[in-house]
Amino acid sequence: MPSFSFKDFRLKTQVGKSIFRHGYSDDERDRALTVLTNVFFHLHPVKVRKSGARFGFTWCAGGLSFFVFLTLVVSGILLMFYYRPTVEYAYNDIIAMREHVPFGIMRELHRWGAHAMIITVWLHMFRVFMTGSYKPPREFNWVIGVILLVLTMLLSFTGYLLPWDQLAIWAITVGSNMARATPFLGHEGPGAALLKLGDIQLIHSGSDVRFALLGGNFVGAAALLRFYILHCVAIPVVVVILMAVHFWRIRKDGGISAPL
Amino acid sequence: MIETFKEAVNAFSSPMTIFTGAVIFFALLAAFPKFFTSTPVASSILLIILVFFGIGLTDDHFRAIVSTPDNVPIVGMLFIFGYFTWFALRKAVENDERLAAGKPAREKEEAEEKVMVFPYLIYIEFVAALFYSIMLVLWSIFLKAPLEDPANPSVSPNPSKAPWYFLGLQEMLVYFDPWIAGVLLPTLIILGLCAIPYIDNDPKSSGFYSYQRRRHGIVIFLFGFWILWVLLIMMGTFLRGPNWNFFGPFEEWDVHKLVPLVNVNLSEFVFIKWLGAGLPKEWYLRELPGIVLVLIYFALPIFVLAGTVFKKFVGTFGAVRFSIYMILLLTMVALPVKMYLRWAFNLKYLVAIPEYFFNI
Repeated sequence: MPSFSFKDFRLKTQVGKSIFRHGYSDDERDRALTVLTNVFFHLHPVKVRKSGARFGFTWCAGGLSFFVFLTLVVSGILLMFYYRPTVEYAYNDIIAMREHVPFGIMRELHRWGAHAMIITVWLHMFRVFMTGSYKPPREFNWVIGVILLVLTMLLSFTGYLLPWDQLAIWAITVGSNMARATPFLGHEGPGAALLKLGDIQLIHSGSDVRFALLGGNFVGAAALLRFYILHCVAIPVVVVILMAVHFWRIRKDGGISAPL
Repeated sequence: MIETFKEAVNAFSSPMTIFTGAVIFFALLAAFPKFFTSTPVASSILLIILVFFGIGLTDDHFRAIVSTPDNVPIVGMLFIFGYFTWFALRKAVENDERLAAGKPAREKEEAEEKVMVFPYLIYIEFVAALFYSIMLVLWSIFLKAPLEDPANPSVSPNPSKAPWYFLGLQEMLVYFDPWIAGVLLPTLIILGLCAIPYIDNDPKSSGFYSYQRRRHGIVIFLFGFWILWVLLIMMGTFLRGPNWNFFGPFEEWDVHKLVPLVNVNLSEFVFIKWLGAGLPKEWYLRELPGIVLVLIYFALPIFVLAGTVFKKFVGTFGAVRFSIYMILLLTMVALPVKMYLRWAFNLKYLVAIPEYFFNI
């Protein structure tokens, strides 16, 4: 009986050789090629300091944050098949997802994944701080990291509104009410009254930064659409770009930090 | 027995006692990291927390709060961050002892040697991803995502809370107006985090765990993270009930709890209580004492410290960097200062100019 050998498939067939461009042995050359010829592994260098390849040093918190982000992209795309960001449909679509989708844990994967990402990103910052890895020459990458941390929380915050239940709109109402008090740019913020042309107030409840965020004076249909687009398109695009910079700079700044 | 314990905890609990207790514990930890990270002490602390948690779970109210689906991650986070704080400090203490004995840090020994990324690093990433995936699927199967009644703009729940990671900011609203708690402080937290590597920029102590070499920075960072961020999130989540009133961990959230509003402004202290005169009509006279006090709070430490304790520091750092560092630090400390002023004197605002929405 002919048996299937994965090794033979990899090394001898045209299909196998076309997919993988490296051998199958555990010598250094093949291990290096494994990293170099794979676009995903290629985010890494071929070799790292032994001190950096330790779970006790990195806690894998940064890598895990990226992985959690990827799982959120996947579960988020699945959710987008079912969800319509309008006041008429949003809540019912969430109910439908729960009631009609077999083994429906997509929403759970997405929601708990979002909480998990906040924790892993905080943990990553915590680790980088405790090992002093923010110091020169990595200071700019730390700044990128801080921005990514803020964007992570904004991603979670914008997603919080989408189920369109009581929990959602009141959490977003409480959160976005802060924007009213933005100095100069919120209509209840200090200094806003100073911005006027003659007798005309430039900053009022229909023109301030909260109005811009919600598309209205309260959390309504326009806010739902805005948060949906921010959550699914605008912020993720920025996050992906900044993550590219963040990962690239790790390499350029000398890899995972080590004592001088 | 358990009922007495719960009543005692409730009676003892207030924002001031909990905050003060946490600050004292933090100060002890910062002073004696070796003691607190030793296995017997650390495991005793864990045991105490677990016993408290276990007793708590027998209480219907406590159980309902900590098992609210969106609160579960906070409970998990406490244990994760508690563990890693212990882990990092323990490693740091170990390295400090090595450095004191003239040996290099543990990481230094391995820094010269290089290993292949495949398999050694990718293996770690793979196992971490696998472990996370299993945990997430189990979490998702056993805990349903919350879904309340459909959105209704005319019925506001009491209390209305922001998502949990912003509850530290919402808790600050007790002590500051929204323009400070919701806009200024978050902005300064972000800017302050970004400024860390430009203030603490000595590359010599980078890339390894150490407490003694970076004691100053670690103490500020851990204080900000644990006390001013995580502790406030916990208070905002677990201990703030209807009307944002404070409740003990085992206290039923009573919508009708009455809390007298007795807070007074500094101007009322000065002009009415101490001078026995009425409040001046013009806001700039009325608020002059507060404005002066705030300016002194920010200016005095900078000049005094620059001339005394931090003289050498200013020399190497430059006046601009030192001033930025001091302003960020003083702003951070202003939060607990204002909290204690509220608790001790029922002080509402240091500066209150409602005409311009400018209250501090």
